[in-house]
Amino acid sequence: MSSEDLKIKLQAQNLDFYYGANRALKNVTIDCYVNKVTALIGPSGCGKSTFIRTFNRMNDLIPGTRVEGRILLDDKDINDPDVDVVELRRRVGMVFQKPNPFPKSIFDNIAYGLRINGMRDKRKLEEVAERSLRGAALWDEVKDRLDENAFALSGGQQQRLCIARSLAVEPEVILFDEPCSAIDPIATAKVEDLIEKLKTRYTVVIVTHNMQQAARVSDYTAFMMLGELVEFDVTEKIFTNPSNKLTEDYITGRFG
Amino acid sequence: MTRATQKKIVQFAGFLSLRLATVLVLAILVLFLYDIVKKGGGVISWEFLSTAPRKGMTQGGIFPAIVGTFFVTIITAVLAIPLGMCAAIYLNEYARQNVLTRLIRLSIRNLSGVPSIVYGLFGVILFVNALKFGTSILSAGLTLGLMTLPWTITASEEALKAIPNSYREGALALGATKWQMIRTNVLPYAVPGMLTGTVLGLARAAGETAPIMFTGAAFFLPYLPKSLSDQFMALPYHLYIMSTQHHAILQVRPIAYGTALVLIALVLGLNMTAVIFRYRLRRKYR
Repeated sequence: MSSEDLKIKLQAQNLDFYYGANRALKNVTIDCYVNKVTALIGPSGCGKSTFIRTFNRMNDLIPGTRVEGRILLDDKDINDPDVDVVELRRRVGMVFQKPNPFPKSIFDNIAYGLRINGMRDKRKLEEVAERSLRGAALWDEVKDRLDENAFALSGGQQQRLCIARSLAVEPEVILFDEPCSAIDPIATAKVEDLIEKLKTRYTVVIVTHNMQQAARVSDYTAFMMLGELVEFDVTEKIFTNPSNKLTEDYITGRFG
Repeated sequence: MTRATQKKIVQFAGFLSLRLATVLVLAILVLFLYDIVKKGGGVISWEFLSTAPRKGMTQGGIFPAIVGTFFVTIITAVLAIPLGMCAAIYLNEYARQNVLTRLIRLSIRNLSGVPSIVYGLFGVILFVNALKFGTSILSAGLTLGLMTLPWTITASEEALKAIPNSYREGALALGATKWQMIRTNVLPYAVPGMLTGTVLGLARAAGETAPIMFTGAAFFLPYLPKSLSDQFMALPYHLYIMSTQHHAILQVRPIAYGTALVLIALVLGLNMTAVIFRYRLRRKYR
């Protein structure tokens, strides 16, 4: 792996994850770099979604789960008892598999994250809403109807709204959990362009079941199977010259 | 007969029996309402609704019973609505889902099936005697409140369950605390459903006789309840008296039917309020 001025933002070190007695992640270690896109690929049930959800401790919501090993955000273990999980989730944003706008107006969706952090200034909220919507390449489509209910948007627009919503709280890392699996190809292309742009400002991690997507948008790719990290390397190397036979079989479509 | 005709006949017979069952249920309901409206409609007048019974309750109106039912239902609501909603929020959003919560939930379901007379006796022991509230509108209202609680909790919990988890995850992922998430992104959408279930429970309570007859409802009172410790007249109890306990039972029969009609109208009105309320709020949050 080359190391030209790469700054590590997020690390998993010897990570194990359990659903009750079931070990879903086995000794996973990867580094995610600032201003790079890291893709997690692998067959269904390989643990990639479980893995990405450990980065903002979303798995805390599922009873009976347990983490072992370390996850470092700026060299600080996010599972330490003194870490405020609420603040962690503000710093590490997440876009979900299915677009999940709230049943509020487009504006209120964007303002949600700021309002819960005590922001009341209407002018500032409008400013952030515009900046976030521009950042999510949605501004031109919705600028005249910010008061409309977010459910009136198309699936692809809803997903970009959810991206804008997470941009509004100014996170440092954005996690995408199969963001395109519920939207059409044209909308997918827009979201992919967007991810490309977002990496200039953020650290991006994306789970995808679409290998072409991983090849298109990511700089680094982790291939996972049955809860284990099989191979982690520069995306180009994974897709042209993988070191592991399993990786090669998977990306050439022999299984998965 | 071909296989295709046979299938069509079976389908026809199936639909026919389903439709007949529906018609039968409706017919019974219509017949029942028709009977009460026919026999009770005649006595309904402004005087009947606005004056007290006279001449040993053989004449006059049912005003004190209407007022009593109204106030006792308010006390019921004051106990059952906040307590039930809070318990439901705790059970669904905060409590760990384990054997204990399952047991609690099961007990609540079972409590909603306990006969109302049992609540009545419990109310006598707890509110009238132990807490020394006496036979009063307060004791009766609290007894009805206890009876309504399981319904309120169950309905509220169902309403909370209907809120997609993605609203919760989405809010938390933006850095909301659990309480912020519940207050701003769960409750606003769950409250319409919670209130609907609650109002249906209240409507049921307003029509109950057994829980109030030992705890505060009076046979006849020449005055209206002025404080929480007063006894009161109530529509369902009045109906019970008029139809089974009065000495001139045939003479007061029309009054009994009139009371029944008012009670049904009241309960129906409450249920309609719930439906309209839910419809309005649903549109607002769509």
